[in-house]
Amino acid sequence: MNNVTGTNIVRFILLLLIQVVICNHINFLGYINPYVYIIFIFLFPVREERLLFLFISFMLGLLVDLFSDSGGVHAAAAVSLAYARPLLLKSSFGMLYEHQSIKFNTTEIGSLLSYITIGTILHHLILFSLEVFNVSEILLILKKTLFASIFTIILSVLLIILFSRNRK
Amino acid sequence: MQQIFNFVIRNKTFLLFLLLLSIALSLTIQSHSYHKSKFINSANILTGGVYGTMNSVDQYFYLKKENDLLVEENRFLREKLLNLPIVKDSTLIDTTYQKSKYRVTTAEVYKNSYSLPNNYLTLNRGKNDSIKEDLGVITSNGIIGIIDNTSKNYSRTLSILNQKSQINAQLKSSNHIGSLTWNGKSPVFVQLEDVSQFAPIKEGDTIITGGESSIFPKGIGIGTIDSFKTDISGDTYTIEVRLFNDMTNLGTVYILENLDRNQIRTLENKSDE
Repeated sequence: MNNVTGTNIVRFILLLLIQVVICNHINFLGYINPYVYIIFIFLFPVREERLLFLFISFMLGLLVDLFSDSGGVHAAAAVSLAYARPLLLKSSFGMLYEHQSIKFNTTEIGSLLSYITIGTILHHLILFSLEVFNVSEILLILKKTLFASIFTIILSVLLIILFSRNRK
Repeated sequence: MQQIFNFVIRNKTFLLFLLLLSIALSLTIQSHSYHKSKFINSANILTGGVYGTMNSVDQYFYLKKENDLLVEENRFLREKLLNLPIVKDSTLIDTTYQKSKYRVTTAEVYKNSYSLPNNYLTLNRGKNDSIKEDLGVITSNGIIGIIDNTSKNYSRTLSILNQKSQINAQLKSSNHIGSLTWNGKSPVFVQLEDVSQFAPIKEGDTIITGGESSIFPKGIGIGTIDSFKTDISGDTYTIEVRLFNDMTNLGTVYILENLDRNQIRTLENKSDE
């Protein structure tokens, strides 16, 4: 238990720093940035208290906002993703989730990929809608969502595989 | 009463979600509508400290470019100095009368963004260096923005690449004024709006700051005219201005304080009444 808490605290701080120091300044092709801090929300232990989970996700989003001067857009997107996570888990992992026995280290890569893809697109759609904040620019929102999602998904999956122990 | 409690306990997750989401949304809306977002901004000790550490590593990669800029500016200033006409002003009896009009402070850019719809810069000067809100920020090439939030050691600048930014500007060749805005598309171009139909506009002309605002002195460079079109109403031009500054690569900037600002302000307020 203690080990899990420690891991998550370290993950929280590391991902936040990676996000604000490196990923916010990539600006690939002028405007595409990955948002890797959502890995924390993806990998948060399933059996933990949901209220705590929502609150921590909100804080993570708010801290990213603080660093990037963006009001509350990351907080809103992160808390929505955290709230929708059980649904995503159910649709991607099915029975495993029902039995509360998901271990992200040992799941199939296919289910993991679909889980991260749907989650990332949901997060980015909310994020960019709030960031642009203009319905008439819907094409811009969709374009940003698409490209940033591709970038985030690739990076997230790579990071998760790289740092997960005992995967064969 | 019992039922209300039961309802709250049953739906506690959803209610907490709604609460947090509404906080986030209100912060977002506030940052979009209100000129100065007070609570969530990067001019504080935590973010300033992190960006400071990052900058101390990062700046080594731009030393050569920074040196080139300084050499170029030195050359320009020296040229001006050598060509200065020697004026012996006989009317100037009291030397204390000859006071400077602008105070200049250098600052380092700790954080710069240019790909968001609303961009801000974080600088490493704050209230302790007597930096206040509404001071102008420039580089040797041209304007950067206006300071909109300060803490003890850091300040945040509203970049010209921000849809909330509006700066008084004019043509160099004539005195026709307009207001400088940004449409959020490219970090290379800004837009000069509401320029009179009678202004003589040519592609390649220079745009400078106007003397109407008390923030920037008149004549600081902004950019050149890239293209222009007539407004929908037909009486004004909207001009695409190509910036002198490369907004994606900023190292050291200057903060300008107009020492006569309070005088100008009081005067303007008086005439409003």
